[in-house]
Amino acid sequence: MQAGTGAMNILARPGAKWLGVVLIAIALIGLPFALAAAGTAWVRIANLAILFVFLSLGLNIVVGFAGLLDLGYIAFYAVGAYAYALLASPHFDLHLPFWVILPMGALVACLFGVLLGAPTLKLRGDYLAIVTLGFGEIVRIFLNNLSQPVNITNGPQGISRIDPFSFGAFSFSKNETLFGLAFSGPIKYYYILLAVLLLAIVVNLRLQHSRIGRAWEAIREDEIAARAMGINTTRIKLLAFAMGASFGGVAGGMFAAIQGFISPESFVLVESVMVLSMVVLGGMGNVWGVVLGAVLLSFVPELLRYTVEPLQKSLFGRSIVEPEVIRMLLFGLALVLMMLYRPAGLLPSAVRKRELAKPEEGAEA
Amino acid sequence: MSGALLECAGLDKRFGGVLALAEVGFRIDAGEIYGLIGPNGAGKTTLFNALTGIYPCDAGGFRFAGEPLAGLRPDQIAARGIARTFQNIRLFGNLSALDNVMIGRHVRTRAGVFGAILRTRATCEEEAAIEKRSLDLLGYVGIGARANDVARQLPYGDQRRLEIARALATEPKLLALDEPAAGMNATETLELKRLLQRVRGDGTTILLIEHDMKLVMGLCDRVLVLDYGKTIAEGPPREVQRDPRVIEAYLGGVGADGAASV
Repeated sequence: MQAGTGAMNILARPGAKWLGVVLIAIALIGLPFALAAAGTAWVRIANLAILFVFLSLGLNIVVGFAGLLDLGYIAFYAVGAYAYALLASPHFDLHLPFWVILPMGALVACLFGVLLGAPTLKLRGDYLAIVTLGFGEIVRIFLNNLSQPVNITNGPQGISRIDPFSFGAFSFSKNETLFGLAFSGPIKYYYILLAVLLLAIVVNLRLQHSRIGRAWEAIREDEIAARAMGINTTRIKLLAFAMGASFGGVAGGMFAAIQGFISPESFVLVESVMVLSMVVLGGMGNVWGVVLGAVLLSFVPELLRYTVEPLQKSLFGRSIVEPEVIRMLLFGLALVLMMLYRPAGLLPSAVRKRELAKPEEGAEA
Repeated sequence: MSGALLECAGLDKRFGGVLALAEVGFRIDAGEIYGLIGPNGAGKTTLFNALTGIYPCDAGGFRFAGEPLAGLRPDQIAARGIARTFQNIRLFGNLSALDNVMIGRHVRTRAGVFGAILRTRATCEEEAAIEKRSLDLLGYVGIGARANDVARQLPYGDQRRLEIARALATEPKLLALDEPAAGMNATETLELKRLLQRVRGDGTTILLIEHDMKLVMGLCDRVLVLDYGKTIAEGPPREVQRDPRVIEAYLGGVGADGAASV
């Protein structure tokens, strides 16, 4: 159950491992400046990518660890985002500091996780997927319509002028120059996001290799045996929903602060599917796989957006195929290739790999 | 504790119009090895499922260590001290043997989410204790060398042993085994018999469903014979063996004598 798989074997020697860690750290610290050279938009893209990694890690707890298929995960992101927006914007004229709201957002999302989990505990597989999908839509539709009779969410117009993260006079949205380096708002956010993300990875890894993590694994493997071994499956599943949801809540709060504006449109079904795709592409149940999947699926569409049209223009003199079309084409292709060659994901967890290898071994036995 | 560990009285279990168990009653004393035998479809596994809370009983029920088990969930029953194995092995197949046993320690340990995230001293110590105890148990059932092997890839006999180790990890007062010798050869069965005698010697009461009559006769203090959900005989193996109703149940009403091979 080591976190690293194939690709990380090179790092097996302790010295090489630390060298690798230091190199990755330097790369991550330097990344926003390299991206800023290509345009501030790329720093924003990196920030959104970090948010998606964060979301994927949360969903990984539910889907990867506990094996509960959740198609409405984005609802918790929405709950976190709206919790932040309502408590730190001119909408209600509340301006609580972010370090108060983010934990609150996590807690509220966690409550919603339990709310969703409690009635659906008896469901499994497809049935659970359908109910969670419905839940995601219900949350979005509520957000869309809770502008009457009392205006809570401001309906489809969304909430704007949301407070950025700030400590007193130090605001994360302003530009600053330190040591001769220009720290734009997105770059400052990048560092705080990265710090929170590292924390999330540690939490994920520690949960996986704990008594609770083993209980999740047991439920995923064989629920009846898990119960017979004294695992309170109801509680442990609720715990998975609650933990996953609170990750979503924190990510949502950060999203609201960075964007400064949110509306129900940001929390549609496709976003849930996107996060699930990141988890599945990277490798359910393996934290590093999930990180890889989320980074890939966040950056590739943006890369396409910036390269497809200029490339066509220079080749044919005009744009023939929209980047959006190419993106869908590549998604379809990736889906087929993954199913054929790497059904357990790019960096699968050892356990998942065995699960999906079952038929072959059955034939051999 | 002397006297009854498990008492069962007037137990009925219906599936639609079929009465799978009818007024079954028995008692198991602490320290016994108690056998449960009967032809296929007699209701033995149904009885196990009722005992471990997987099925609710329609009438009657169990008292375990003086307390009624009615209405308890399987995990609560495991917490009270009844652990079981399954007829069609239900290991966590893709996990290592060690992980399987470590999961069995769940019910006797307490680390929660915060302990896991913060890696408190208490959590680390508990984790170390879980691992040590689990390795010990693997050694105890004789598959210590297999700790890191994937459960599904273990030989059949080792899988049965692993299930016993996992059940023992919950520190049961009563160990309920559903056909532990099924599919084992003579040597493996003999080893199993020694293991079970050792488990009993270490203070765990055993309830055993088994078709291997040699094993049942050699191991059990008393046996209960079920047929079509009804108790047809109960007592020490030697006596039950000679009971004409038992012989009839097994041989379908052929003449009485010469059927002592049961």
